[in-house]
Amino acid sequence: MIWNKEMECLPREERRALQLYRLRRTLRRVYETIPAYRRRFDETGVTPDDLHHLEDLQKFPFTSKNDLRDNYPFGLFGSPLKDVVRIHSSSGTTGKPVVVGYTREDVDIWAESVARAIFCSGGGPDDIIQVAYGYGLFTGGLGLHYGGEKVGATVVPISGGNTKRQVMLFEDFGVTILACTPSYALCIAEMMEEMKVDHSKLKLGAAILGAEPWSNSMRNEIEQRMGVKAYDIYGLSEIIGPGVGCECECQDGLHICDDHFIPEIVDPDTGEVLPEGEKGELVFTCVTKQAFPTIRFRTHDISRLTSEPCRCGRTTMRMERISGRTDDMLIIRGVNVFPSQIESVLMQIEETEPYYLIVVDKRGTLDELEIRVEVREQIFSDEVRKLEELQRKIRREIESVLGISAVIRLVEPKTIERSIGKATRVVDRRTLENGPETGGKAS
Amino acid sequence: MKLRQISIFLENRAGRSAEIIGILGRAGVNIRAIALADTADFGIIRLIVDKTDKALEALKNEGITVKETQVIAVEIPDRPGALAAILNILGKAGINVEYLYGFLDRVEDKAIIVFRFEDIDQALRILTKEGYQVLNGSRVHDM
Ligand SMILES: [Zn+2]
Repeated sequence: MIWNKEMECLPREERRALQLYRLRRTLRRVYETIPAYRRRFDETGVTPDDLHHLEDLQKFPFTSKNDLRDNYPFGLFGSPLKDVVRIHSSSGTTGKPVVVGYTREDVDIWAESVARAIFCSGGGPDDIIQVAYGYGLFTGGLGLHYGGEKVGATVVPISGGNTKRQVMLFEDFGVTILACTPSYALCIAEMMEEMKVDHSKLKLGAAILGAEPWSNSMRNEIEQRMGVKAYDIYGLSEIIGPGVGCECECQDGLHICDDHFIPEIVDPDTGEVLPEGEKGELVFTCVTKQAFPTIRFRTHDISRLTSEPCRCGRTTMRMERISGRTDDMLIIRGVNVFPSQIESVLMQIEETEPYYLIVVDKRGTLDELEIRVEVREQIFSDEVRKLEELQRKIRREIESVLGISAVIRLVEPKTIERSIGKATRVVDRRTLENGPETGGKAS
Repeated sequence: MKLRQISIFLENRAGRSAEIIGILGRAGVNIRAIALADTADFGIIRLIVDKTDKALEALKNEGITVKETQVIAVEIPDRPGALAAILNILGKAGINVEYLYGFLDRVEDKAIIVFRFEDIDQALRILTKEGYQVLNGSRVHDM
């Protein structure tokens, strides 16, 4: 089922015409009402009148996360606060957080986007959606909440945590859709096993998962352990929140609500727009929002785009599931390597979430990739031969996925440093010792 | 007839095995037999102790990767050729030895060999049939 057939199945040329119209209107509006954008446009030497075709968007300057921080809290708002009905904020791991605002219309655009995502995941008015994303300044909880209500589903706003209760409500309420982060879904799956709840006796059929990058092998694990079909939903508060894109039943790329958010793929180093189908950094421009109309926002997420119509009938631009972050990308012996690729190999071998550390160093003139894998009980064998076999198997698989060889070191648990809740995955000694020019990133 | 053996994963760095043995000492666990298998990167310590459960708990509390495995201990005369003889018998019967290590019984003046077999029950049958004295668990743990 398609929530908004008119917009989601719009023929390509009509879609582009609509995008151009909305983009022109938005560029004019930000130029006239938001001084920070006006200044950036002037510095770059462009005005909204320079937009003749959609492709002219690339003449306009990017907006970075730092630009948003520099204008903390309301500097990039396009509407006066009296028209703003909602504020969200992303937690800042470094420096000031980013604050975003929504007018009543913006909240509606957001609910519309999530409604499309829920229909993409096979949901509808008959469903009971348990929203286990966090509620609050984070956009996950309220985003799914409003989308769920918009399609007429029954929304259970349980928020994150209290995992036993999550499972209990699956049973008691007959919940059909779970919405949360993929890692929390795994946590709930574990609790279901601990509580000996058989997923085949539940009504749970779909999980709408997002807000963090995850791999296909993690998807398989969640689908098997929970007995659901798991759909990838994409979004970020700087654009609107969850719902910017979502997978349909084909699970072949995420449908972007590109009548509201225009995607581009750029070379992360040069900022050049790349041809369709090439891998690079996702950039989004909001063309309908009032309070926070971000122009060419650099997401740092790595993906690629296709405009091929999908088998489901939707004609929107589709993005491939996020394969990494530009800030995580390592260039080792000239090859682009994402920690997520390594994680996914380890996950397949260990059949559980792996703990590992990637260490890149220079041996002579050659980059050396070392992967330290924690030996926990489930992969520990008390025979040297079997551990060496495991080491060889990881090395082989890594080489076939990355195309470069790696040294695999088996290490004791807890030797890999963990920051708050999350392991630090990469140590790049080339940049630490040899200065930035050998860091693999052209600047 | 079967003994509880503790296997510990450790990185091959100086002083690490001493640290692990120290954990057991502080927990009041006595070691009956110990063997280390290692490669350039990592090692496996195998232990037979008097209080296996206490040892497992102390090690796990320290976040150390441990595994309990079953082994058997066989008494053989402390003289040249005795080990070769038992290995011969096992080889002929097609029994696969994963690893073995030995220690001496101070009281009885005998050598005791700890074996880890792929098929422990089959090995037990052969050894008993051949007249070997397979030590029962409590005797070794409480030695
Ligand atoms: Zn589709």
